[in-house]
Parts: sequence; structure tokens; C-alpha cells
Amino acid sequence: MARIIVVTSGKGGVGKTTTSAAIAMGLAKRGHKTAVIDFDVGLRNLDLIMGCERRVVYDFVNVINGEASLNQALIRDKNCNQLYILPASQTRDKDALTLEGVGRVLEEMSKDFQYIVCDSPAGIEKGAYLALYYADDAFVVTNPEVSSVRDSDRMLGILASKSRRAERNEEPVKEYLLLTRYDPSRVKSGEMLGLDDVQDILSLQLLGIIPESKSVLSASNAGIPVILDEKSEAGQAYEDVVARYLGEDRPLRFIDDKRGFFRKLFGGRS
Amino acid sequence: MTTSSSVLEFKSSTFFSPILILYSNDLAAIEQSLQDKINRAPDFFKNSPLIIDLRELNKSGLDISVIEVAGMLRKIGMFPIGVRGGNEQQDKQAHKLSIPVDAGRENDSIVATSAAASRKEIETQALEQDSVENNEIRNPASSASRIASVSTPPEPVRSMLITQPVRSGQRIYARGDLIVMSQVSAGAEIMAEGNIHVYNTLRGRALAGVQGNTTARIFCLDLQAELISISGDYKTSEHLTEQIQKRPVQIYLQDHALIIKEIA
Repeated sequence: MARIIVVTSGKGGVGKTTTSAAIAMGLAKRGHKTAVIDFDVGLRNLDLIMGCERRVVYDFVNVINGEASLNQALIRDKNCNQLYILPASQTRDKDALTLEGVGRVLEEMSKDFQYIVCDSPAGIEKGAYLALYYADDAFVVTNPEVSSVRDSDRMLGILASKSRRAERNEEPVKEYLLLTRYDPSRVKSGEMLGLDDVQDILSLQLLGIIPESKSVLSASNAGIPVILDEKSEAGQAYEDVVARYLGEDRPLRFIDDKRGFFRKLFGGRS
Repeated sequence: MTTSSSVLEFKSSTFFSPILILYSNDLAAIEQSLQDKINRAPDFFKNSPLIIDLRELNKSGLDISVIEVAGMLRKIGMFPIGVRGGNEQQDKQAHKLSIPVDAGRENDSIVATSAAASRKEIETQALEQDSVENNEIRNPASSASRIASVSTPPEPVRSMLITQPVRSGQRIYARGDLIVMSQVSAGAEIMAEGNIHVYNTLRGRALAGVQGNTTARIFCLDLQAELISISGDYKTSEHLTEQIQKRPVQIYLQDHALIIKEIA
């Protein structure tokens, strides 16, 4: 049986799709057969970040409607043969997804995969609800900023009340925190919330802190999950996230402002 | 082909409903008094089912038309779902309106078959409490009507225990006392007819004594609430002074003023 992970946040633009792509790749690279599904029907992005947009023939909605088989729609990643992508439809809207249809597809995939990563759309409407409904684990992606923290808190409430596990009174969805776009220097100067401020409100198990990094944008544009950029801090941080999720103990990195005096003086890449 | 068993199912269950005990047959006075209560907790009373209890009225030999009472209740947004303690004439009127009549045994219970929505939303654990049926001060002389929170079948009012965090957007309503062991986030709303205890940080809205219990209190270990209210008297975070912010406090009502005291 697959473990179903939802990557969610409530707020848009915090890094859900980047995170989905990175952790799915991270899990697959370690030999776990993994699928990543784009639930953002109508605004599909995941295929771009994964660099497979030119190979999309069928999509998630086709599979739900029985217009294509799962095997026809799943795209094997070009960098890792353990990773598959199920893209969203760009021409439909979220009403094309049904609870029953999503359940059927996830059940079929569960037979074959070890991990299924569901990339949730922003908001708390139908698409986000369907992405989290069947989840076993939730990665709550949060930026160190008050509105993002508030939205994540709201999302956690929905996870605790609306998920299938909640409805069936089963063990609750395991919730993890992923703090993204973290800038230690701005935290230090008080412009940005620190880890403690965020945890004060969310109090979740922390999977990792992803530092604000230029490599995220360039990786997105290149269509290569940032976790494959092993030189970048963001890539390494995601690598830690995957390791921690799988039970390894790793010290927290990239939370201190390490930039030296001269680099601060002359700017430069963080 | 659908079999009949997949179309419907009968289940027996009990559910809670407020009972409106009338002490006066002055319809205008009843409406006025109800409206006052509704204004204090509009969300709670909106579309609320209600059982009309006429026993006290008939004991005092006062007559009232069920048709008029039901009409008035519907007008102000409540749903009368039962009548008890009425005389023959009143029972007939109720039947005419398709409102069930309870036989009116002492200590009676009205059992309705309905898919009573269980509040699975939050992991709750009910604690037995020896508390009385309702904790309102009975003062029939001064009020034309009184809403008693009577449980059917009669059982003690239970307090509700919440161990999970109450997140933004979640709402909790306790018919007795409410005890929360985790934090209450900003944007969450907790309400109780009795007292509220929060053994953690309170950042959301907390409303105690929402049915008019002026002796209800709020206790919390770390006050950062957006709003606190007891029996309709409220204060927003703007009006919470620095001295009591982020402190362990108790909040109670004295002459319609909220008193916030630090618990030393």
C-alpha cells in the first residue's frame, strides 16, 4: 500500500509545487517507486517544474473520466525511472475532479507505488479538499510571514476535520511543517518571522527549513527539481527533508546568517 | 438496479434540542424576550429546532394558541419541532401544523429519528459531570419566557474536553463546560453555555455563558484572545490592557462589566 502525502498550504506562491517536485524526486532517487499528482486542475504547473510538459498526452481528469488508462497518463521522469508524474488538465476546472473519481485513481495507484505525492492547489476550495482528503501525511508548506502562517493553521484545521482519516475516526493525518523561503538575515533583522514564531502558532513536527535561494527559480525555469541541484542550499535542504521524513536524524541547517562581513557589504548570493 | 435497502435506512437516535418553556401567554412579550436572546447569540438560534413546553402555562390556567406561537417562532427564524404539556385544543392545533405532540410523561423524553449530525469534527471526549440540568437562574416572575437547555433523554450536562489544537476557522460549541488542553488559534471560535478553560494559549475568540449564564467564567493560561465574551458582554483584543496580555487570567462578569484578573 502506498503512503499518500499531500503538500498543502492554503496560501498560494509559498512553494507547494517546488516542494512536491523536490520530495517526489528525493523519494524516488532513494529507490522508492513514487508518483506525483498535480491537483491544480486548470492551472497546471507541476509538469513545467518537472520538465515534462512536452510529453503530456493524457491527464488526471482523463483518467478519472475513464478516457485514458493510468498507464497511458503517467509520465516517467527522464532523470529517475522510479518517478512518475500525473499532470493536471489545463483546459478543465476543478469541478472535473470528483471525490469518488480521485479515490478510485489513488486506490489503483496504491497497488503499484510506495509513495504518492499530491500537489494541492492554493485555497481551501474543492481542489485543495480533494488533494488532502485521502492523505496519510501532510506536508504543510509555510513562509515565515503572518498571513501564510494563518492560512496554514486554517489548513491544519481542515486536515483535522475533513480528511478521510478524520471522517472515519482513524489515526489522524500526520502533519509536518516545511518552512520555505527562509532568509536568516531578514529574520535576524526582524523583517521576517523566525522558526520559533511560526512554531509558536503551528507547533508541528518540523521536517525542514528551505532557505530562500536563487537556485529554486533557475531550477523551476530549467524544469529540473531543485533537489537535483546538489550544490544549492535549497537542494541540500530538501535532501534533508526527505531523509528526516524517512526517519533519519539530521541536524537543522541554513537557519543562521552565515554571510561574512565582506559578502554582506558587497551583497552576493546567499 | 437499486434494492430498497440501499435507498434508505431507519435508525433510532437521540438528539438535543432547546425547550421553550412559556410562563406567559402574552405573545408580544414572548417575542420581545426571545428576540433579546437571539440578538445575543444570533448564530446559535438561527434555524434552531425548538420544543414548545406549555405545562407551566396550563398549570396557571393561561391559554395560548399553538398556531400563533409557532407562527411567531418561524417568523424569527426558529423551527418548532414539538409541543408538550398542551391541552386537547393545543394538541389539535399542533397536529394541524404537522408538529408532533409529546404525550407529556413526567421526566419525559422526546426521541426523534433523525440523522443527528455527530460532531466528529474535533476529537472530543465527554466527561461526566454532576451538574444540574441547566445552570440558569430561574426567575419566572420577571421573564415571560425562558429557554432551558434540557437534554432528551435526561442526562447530566456533559463537559467537553478537546485535546487537539483548535485551528483557525474551527468552531466548537459545548453545552456545558468546555475544557481545551491545546492552543486555540487566531480565527478559531470556542463557545460554551458554561465555563471555558484553556490550559494553553488562547488566541481566538472565546464566548462563555452564551445562553445567558452570567456566572460563567473563562480561564486561560496565556491570554492573547481576539475577543472574549461572557453572556453577551464582550471585549475585543483592542481593549485588553498590556498588563493582562500573555498572562494566566480568569475572566468573569460583574454588573455587566468583564473583569479580567491575573491568576497569581
